[in-house]
Amino acid sequence: MTDELVRLDDVGVRLGGREVLCDVSLTIRPGEFTGLIGPNGAGKTTLLRVILGLQPVTTGSVLIQGGPRPPRDASIGYVPQKLSIEPDMPLRVKDVVALGIDGNKFGLRLPSRARREQVSDMLTAVGAQQYADARIGELSGGEQQRVMIAHALISKPRLLLLDEPLANLDISSEQGIVSVLARLAKAERIAVLLSAHDMNPLMPVMDRIVYVAAGRVAVGSTDEVVQPEVLSRLYGRHVDVIRVHGRVLVVAAEGVDEAAAVAEDATAVR
Amino acid sequence: MGHIVEPGFFASGPVHIALAVGTVIAITSAVVGVFTVTRGQSFAGHSLADIATTGGSGAFLVGVNQFWGYLAFGAGAAAFMEMIGVQRRQGRDVATGVVLGAGLGLAALFLYLGTEYSSTTGASFTILFGSIFVLTASTVPALITSALLALATVVVLARVLLLSSLSPDIAAARGVPVRAVGALFLMALAVSVALSAVIIGAVLSTALLVGPAATALRLVKGPVRAMVTAAGIGVLAVWLGILLAYDSYYWPPAGRGWPVSFFVVTLVVVGYLAADLRPQARRVALPQNADTEQACSPV
Repeated sequence: MTDELVRLDDVGVRLGGREVLCDVSLTIRPGEFTGLIGPNGAGKTTLLRVILGLQPVTTGSVLIQGGPRPPRDASIGYVPQKLSIEPDMPLRVKDVVALGIDGNKFGLRLPSRARREQVSDMLTAVGAQQYADARIGELSGGEQQRVMIAHALISKPRLLLLDEPLANLDISSEQGIVSVLARLAKAERIAVLLSAHDMNPLMPVMDRIVYVAAGRVAVGSTDEVVQPEVLSRLYGRHVDVIRVHGRVLVVAAEGVDEAAAVAEDATAVR
Repeated sequence: MGHIVEPGFFASGPVHIALAVGTVIAITSAVVGVFTVTRGQSFAGHSLADIATTGGSGAFLVGVNQFWGYLAFGAGAAAFMEMIGVQRRQGRDVATGVVLGAGLGLAALFLYLGTEYSSTTGASFTILFGSIFVLTASTVPALITSALLALATVVVLARVLLLSSLSPDIAAARGVPVRAVGALFLMALAVSVALSAVIIGAVLSTALLVGPAATALRLVKGPVRAMVTAAGIGVLAVWLGILLAYDSYYWPPAGRGWPVSFFVVTLVVVGYLAADLRPQARRVALPQNADTEQACSPV
C-alpha cells in the first residue's frame, strides 16, 4: 500500500551476539500518533535507528514510503534522545532551526528574508519564539526539546521520530511538548513516533502503541496491547496491568528484583 | 622607544612579507579554530602541534624548509588519529600522551644533531617559537596557497560541521558523510597548525588557533559572527605582535628584538582574559511558565 510511510517486516537486529530486536513488524501511516513504549534497554532507540537507516538490520526488510530509504531523505525528521551541547557552541536557537532546512548541504548560503520568516514561523509553532536569539546551550531540557522539534519539522517531514523527548522533564514541560506534537500532527498530518518509558503522559494523544520488551513488540490500540496477557507474553513472565486514578502501571507480580526492571516503565505515581 | 611605529616599519621588506603572510594565516587559524573549539578538538590541535615540532626539527636536520616538515608530520598524525579514532574519544589520552612525549623526544634529538652539525644556534628557537621575520621568499606562495585551501575547506564544510556538532546522528540521518567530513576537517586543522607554527612556532601554534576562537565565542553568539570576530582578533594580535616586535629592536637590550611569538601569544591571552572577565550578557529574559502557556495557546 502506498500510504504506508514506514513498513517493517520481521525485522531482527543482532548487536555483538545479542538479539536486540526480534521479529518486529509494524507500519506507520500519515497523521498517526504512535507511542513507542517500553522499559530502558528494551530496544526502542535501536528501532528508531533502524527506521532512520542508521542501524542495518540482520533479518527482515524496511520500506520507507514503499521503497528503500534514499540518502539525504528529508521525509523523516529526527529528535535524538539528548544533546550534549556546550554553552560555548556558537549556535543560537534560530541557527539551529535554520540548520534543519539545509544543514546537510555543502557550501555557503546567503541570508534571506524568506528564510528568516520560515524559521521564525516554525519557532512560533512550537512556542519557542521568545528565545530565538539565545544560545541553544543556555536553554533548559524542555526548551531544547522544543527547538529540536522545530529543527526537525522545518524540512516538512511526513514522519517525526522522537527518542525519549519527555525524559527528565518536569510535568508542565512534558504536557507542553505532548500538546505541541499532537497539535502539529493533526494540523499538518505528520505521523509521530515517540519513544517513552512511561505511557501515561501520552494516553490522551496516542492513536496506537508499539510496546517493546526484550526486543519484541506488540502493536495495536492501547486497549488491545496494554493487557496482562499480551504484555506477559512479551516480557516472558507474568505481568499485571493496574489502572488507578486514570493512570496505567505495568508491574511484574513475582520477584522483587525482576519487578524493579519491569516497573521502571510504570514510573510509579508522581 | 619614543614612537609607536618606529621609523622604517612600513619600508621594511621582511615586515611586508610578515604582515601579508601573518594576515592570511591568522584568518585561517581563527576560522578553523572556531570549529576546533566547537567540536571539542583543542587537544587534537595541540597534539598535532607537538608532532609538527618533530617534523619541523626533522626537516631542519635534513635541510628542508621547516614548513614542509610541520605539514608532513601534522597531516600524517591527523591521518593516524582519524584511523584510530583518537581525536574525540576519551580514555585514549594516555596512549596519546605517550606518543606525544616520544615525538617531542625525537624533536630534541633532531634539534641537537642539527645544531651540532650546522652550528646555527637559532634553529631550535625558530622551530619551537617561530620566525616570521625570516620567512624564505620562496615558501611564501606555498604558505598562502595552503592557508587559502584550508580556509576554503572549512567554509565549504561549515554547515555540515555545525550540524554534526549539534548531533552526529541527525547529520548521518540527513545523509551527511559524518566520518569523511571529520577527516577532512582534521586535515584542515593539521594544515593550519603547520601554518601557525611558521609564524609563532610549533609549540605555540595552538595559541593562535584556539585563543582568538575561544575569545570570539565569549563575545558573540552566532556562527558567522564568531568566525568573523575570531579572524579579526587573530589578525589584530598578529599585526600588533609584528609591530611591537619591530619596535622592540629599539628597546633594551638595544639591537636585539624581542620575539614576535611572545607578543602574539601575550596579546591573545590578554584578549581572552578580557573577554572572560567581562560581565556575561544575560540570556533573553523568559516569562515564567512560558513553556506551558505558549504550548496551549492557538497559533
